Amino acid sequence: MTLDLDRADAIATATAVRCGELSAQATVTAALARIQARDAALNSFTAVLAETALADADQLDRAIAAGVDPGPLAGVPFAVKNLFDIAGLTTLAGSRINAENLPAAKDATAVAALKWAGAILVGALNMDEYAYGFVTENSHYGSTHNPYDLNRSAGGSSGGSAAAVAGGLVPLSLGSDTNGSIRVPAALCGIFGLKPTYGRLSRAGVALFAGSFDHIGPFTRSVRDLAMAFDLLQGPDIHDPVCTKRPPQACTPQLAQGIAGLRIAVADGYFAQNAMPEALAAVEQVAQALGAQERVSLPEAARARAAAYVMTTCEGSNLHLANLRSRPQDFDPATRERFLAGALVPATWYLQAQRFRRWYRDRVSELFQTVDLILAPTTPCAAPLLGQEKLVLDGVEVLTRPNLGLFTQPLSFIGLPILSVPVQRPGALPLGVQLIAAAYDEAVILRAAAFLEAAGVVSAPVALTPIS
Amino acid sequence: MSDQTLSPDEMVDQVAALIDLPLDPEYRPGVINNFRRTAAIAKLVVEFPLPADLEAAPVFQP
Repeated sequence: MTLDLDRADAIATATAVRCGELSAQATVTAALARIQARDAALNSFTAVLAETALADADQLDRAIAAGVDPGPLAGVPFAVKNLFDIAGLTTLAGSRINAENLPAAKDATAVAALKWAGAILVGALNMDEYAYGFVTENSHYGSTHNPYDLNRSAGGSSGGSAAAVAGGLVPLSLGSDTNGSIRVPAALCGIFGLKPTYGRLSRAGVALFAGSFDHIGPFTRSVRDLAMAFDLLQGPDIHDPVCTKRPPQACTPQLAQGIAGLRIAVADGYFAQNAMPEALAAVEQVAQALGAQERVSLPEAARARAAAYVMTTCEGSNLHLANLRSRPQDFDPATRERFLAGALVPATWYLQAQRFRRWYRDRVSELFQTVDLILAPTTPCAAPLLGQEKLVLDGVEVLTRPNLGLFTQPLSFIGLPILSVPVQRPGALPLGVQLIAAAYDEAVILRAAAFLEAAGVVSAPVALTPIS
Repeated sequence: MSDQTLSPDEMVDQVAALIDLPLDPEYRPGVINNFRRTAAIAKLVVEFPLPADLEAAPVFQP
């Protein structure tokens, strides 16, 4: 049997490497060739680490030959959003300013964890400057293109991470999500993107944006890959002050448990308005497959989004205040004036948002006494055109960029674990549906996702756009 | 209070001066637009009544 490396998921690749059917050299060489062939059109990578990746693969192959267990992700090529530290490489965080920094001294905790499991890092991926955006249209490093339609956005801010996986360049990538930056690009590119519970995975060695709700998480084309990556990335880390001290909870062994006994409901009210009919239809399709008939209302979701907005602009601006004072001209025009305005926010707005966050968290926690899983659209529409300024939702013309986060922002605000699952539509662009659980219930989400994947309701095939 | 008549435009200029944040004339209109937008969004949060004993939940471990 020969494995189709262009379409194989991470676990299939690792299985072939572990049993000696394939060398890590072969998997990495194939990944580098795909990047070479396709990334000129996608612009998902900002750095390709061919030399170190091949050296790492060679070392792994030698270890296997010597009888050493190469790890559960042996020989799996992966890449990370360029706000993760990579030893020897300058961490850009999508900015020109940070390009002047010294190279990172060591890998981010999450990068090191995947490498320890045998995965091979092949590069760094494009993003919106300082993660402040939903479209990955970066004035310094170019726009990332959607593999389903090169004229369209891959979403953001982890657009490179989603496009690289959806386009088949790598089976696994890492991104970050503050207000939707994993879930939005995962939905627009038709793949799986997991934003775990706030603090569940270490952010050490990851450039912050708004620390109160910065998360990291994986992108994949299969649920089992997502569960495996999540399992490997868990664990306490003294270098991240918000990283949980809870013991890791392996989700992979629970994937086959199915959905029996799970109480599943669809979010109505705020989450059933201001969306294209197809985005709501995707939710209904998933709800039907899961047998979800209940409806639940998250109270004050619009205020939750507002509070998330205020805290984000305030925290992000404060982080970059010195550069906003001394060199505003070096910021991306897409972020500059938002950061400058955020530096002027009165403390009372910020503190009220922080206190509201506690109130909202308590109300939503009460809701999870009656349900285990809530469904909602990930984005109000499929991938917009690159540069598209406006879209029409419920008959009202609104700005495209902020509204891509309409349904993600009120949820990451309180740190709930959420997976965006891909719903493929023949002849049309994919859409995402958010599977939302109570804090630390990632296993429930992944069980439901595995059920949906087995039923053929969600899937993430490689999007092979004809490259001219 | 005279502050009640302070417009967002004036506030942007005065707070920027207070925190020593120079505003290039090229960027100022965009900053004012963004500040106005933030003010409208913040209103949703500030107008919502919260109990006096409700404490924020920032992560800080002494």
